[in-house]
Amino acid sequence: MFLKKLVIAGAALCLMKSAAFAADCGPSGQSIRILASDFPAIHAVAGTAEENCSAGASEFTRNHTTEARQIMNAALTPNPSEYTSVIVANSTLTQLMNDGLVRPLNDLVEKHGSHLPKNLMITIDGNIMAVAFMANSQHLFSRKDVLAKAGVNEIPGTYNEMITAAKAIREAGIMEHPIVMNMKTGWNVGESFNLVFLAHGGEFFKAGTAEPSVNSAAGVAALNTLRELVEYAHPDHLTQASNETQAIWEAGEAALGIMWGSRGAPILDDEGSSAEVTSNTVLSSAPSVEPGGIPGATLWWDGFTISKNVSDAEAEATFAALASALNSDMVAAHNDEAVWLLDGFKPGAAAAGVSATAQGGAAPYPMLPQIGLLHNALGAELSDFLKGEESAEKALADVEAAYVTAAKEAGFLQ
Amino acid sequence: MKHRAFFWFILPTLAAMTLFIALPIVSVFVQSLYVQHEQVLVISENCGPFGCKQSTSVDIAATEKLREEAPLGQFNGLGTYSNRSHLAFAEVGAAWATSDTIDAFWDEVVNLPFYGALTFTLTYTAAVTPLVLLLGLAIAIGVNSLPSLLKGPSIFVSLLPFLVTPLVGSLILFWMVDSDGVIGAIIQLIFDDPNLSLKASATLTWTMLILYGVWHTLPFSFIVFYAGLQTVPLETLEAAQVDGATKWQRTIYVVVPHLVPLISFVTLMLLMDNFRVFEPIVSFSAEAHARSLSWIIFNDLRESGNPLYGSAGATSMLTILGVVFLLTPVLIRTWRDFKGAGRLGR
Repeated sequence: MFLKKLVIAGAALCLMKSAAFAADCGPSGQSIRILASDFPAIHAVAGTAEENCSAGASEFTRNHTTEARQIMNAALTPNPSEYTSVIVANSTLTQLMNDGLVRPLNDLVEKHGSHLPKNLMITIDGNIMAVAFMANSQHLFSRKDVLAKAGVNEIPGTYNEMITAAKAIREAGIMEHPIVMNMKTGWNVGESFNLVFLAHGGEFFKAGTAEPSVNSAAGVAALNTLRELVEYAHPDHLTQASNETQAIWEAGEAALGIMWGSRGAPILDDEGSSAEVTSNTVLSSAPSVEPGGIPGATLWWDGFTISKNVSDAEAEATFAALASALNSDMVAAHNDEAVWLLDGFKPGAAAAGVSATAQGGAAPYPMLPQIGLLHNALGAELSDFLKGEESAEKALADVEAAYVTAAKEAGFLQ
Repeated sequence: MKHRAFFWFILPTLAAMTLFIALPIVSVFVQSLYVQHEQVLVISENCGPFGCKQSTSVDIAATEKLREEAPLGQFNGLGTYSNRSHLAFAEVGAAWATSDTIDAFWDEVVNLPFYGALTFTLTYTAAVTPLVLLLGLAIAIGVNSLPSLLKGPSIFVSLLPFLVTPLVGSLILFWMVDSDGVIGAIIQLIFDDPNLSLKASATLTWTMLILYGVWHTLPFSFIVFYAGLQTVPLETLEAAQVDGATKWQRTIYVVVPHLVPLISFVTLMLLMDNFRVFEPIVSFSAEAHARSLSWIIFNDLRESGNPLYGSAGATSMLTILGVVFLLTPVLIRTWRDFKGAGRLGR
């Protein structure tokens, strides 16, 4: 019996080894240098690439930093550039593409990426600019025990239901501030507006141009919904981003939250919270305006790019290494760390919210070259409205004026 | 000193100042006169995991060509200075024309990013500078009159706020004023209002930032004044005492006049530092209520993913102008003192 186990283990080991050796790493002796953000799923992909292919490479470095977005354009501009690959998301890919710093991957996909699903190729006018591997979006977190205690028996599906539920919780005297949202002035409040704006069917720009169109009926409706929501949020909400909202949730001080899907796994795990909170937290689709309407969320993907300013051999080796990591073994080993878009992913409880939001038809975060400027203008100008110092129309007019000023300087408007 | 000797003496400093101060300022100024080239936008089909969509993207080749022809960008003259993000002449004019009362006009003006930030920056400077001067002097005189056994420890304790990195110091205070933190909870208890939040009120946020500024810079003025106190001539003090001057009179008529050059120096440093207030705004997440000129520069360069160098350059130049404007009275005073001293020396 013991022998049999040993033989099986040995065989398995051989198989694993041969699998590692069999990884297609492209040209050997190349330098592979990856810049990426710093969260577990990205570590899983870049780490697997390193395990598979560092033996054949002359150098394999990974820089995981939350500042990746801030340094990537500068790091990729020189020739040869500092990194051979940057792992990006929707918004950061446009930032690299605006300066033409990443290369089309069509030939590399043909050579080393035949195992990758076609829908993961981020294609712009036929050119594959990135290969996605995971998805993220905001969605609703609910505490079913608190809702039940307040007499709400269904998980809210619309903003109105969410507000009614929050009101019931407050009136039942359970919590004064049952709602949490990432409303920190700056990027976060801008993104929270985007969610509700898209749910109201808003369009950020006049079609085909860089002219803003947020000061519209949808924009005003979105701001009013947002204000009704934060009515039930902690008075400090303009200083709270993901880390703060997660902490409030884990402390059991909130019952309805609109937070990132990537916070699902850390909230549901047994660290940092009580069983009462984790066992009663339900992840569901982001709320919509009307029942069955567009969920108020932006879909995000994370994927890898290959720098333009590196040698073709380095580009090929980097692509092959990262592509080799995108397989079902890696997914199986890290199943709950992300909502993987790869074969072999078994959606767990932590992925339920993102899946439901994507199925409900939420819109992807717009991949437009000028969206960063509009997002920044929203982040800077909306807090006056949320503090109650301005009307919705005035705040949105300020947003458009601030955006137009910046867009003129950046050359998007004349 | 002979002019020649003076020249060689000052040359290294002058060279370093030109290289590291004057040239960068000139380059920032030049940058502020330009805006980026027109981005050539093309409509393309954009596909990904969430489906395909028609959208716009930048035509790299065409934009690159424009960039190569004129690497600095398009010349915009002083256009960036007068746009809505800076001096906003058009918007201020429109506000003047449309608002009925001064109050309404003022509301419109401080709603503009530059004037809003300038208001906070000036308030902060005007509140922190005198408080730090007065309190620093008071603490220095207090410590100086302690028995020598206690002097060492009290100097150390008074210097502590200066040793804490501003970013860390303000973060610690930020957590303390949280409604779950020790200060925030006590304030709620005192006012018996569970919804009272320091972070949610503009007035309280400003007060908190100003108090933090005083706490953080106090050791600087304290230690300079304390050093100055060691040079107060004992004979003069004794003579005053013999003449029957009280301790208060000795402080006002002997010690303070002796410290005037130091007071000018500390005022200069404080005005410059306070006008550039930045870190506490970020660590207190106070952007919703208080923005400073330095914060605007930071935001232009960092947050939009598409750094607005021209805009940041223009704000930098306006900040420098602001500092010069604030320092002028102090500098004139110092210059007069210097000329006066020179005449006496001759």
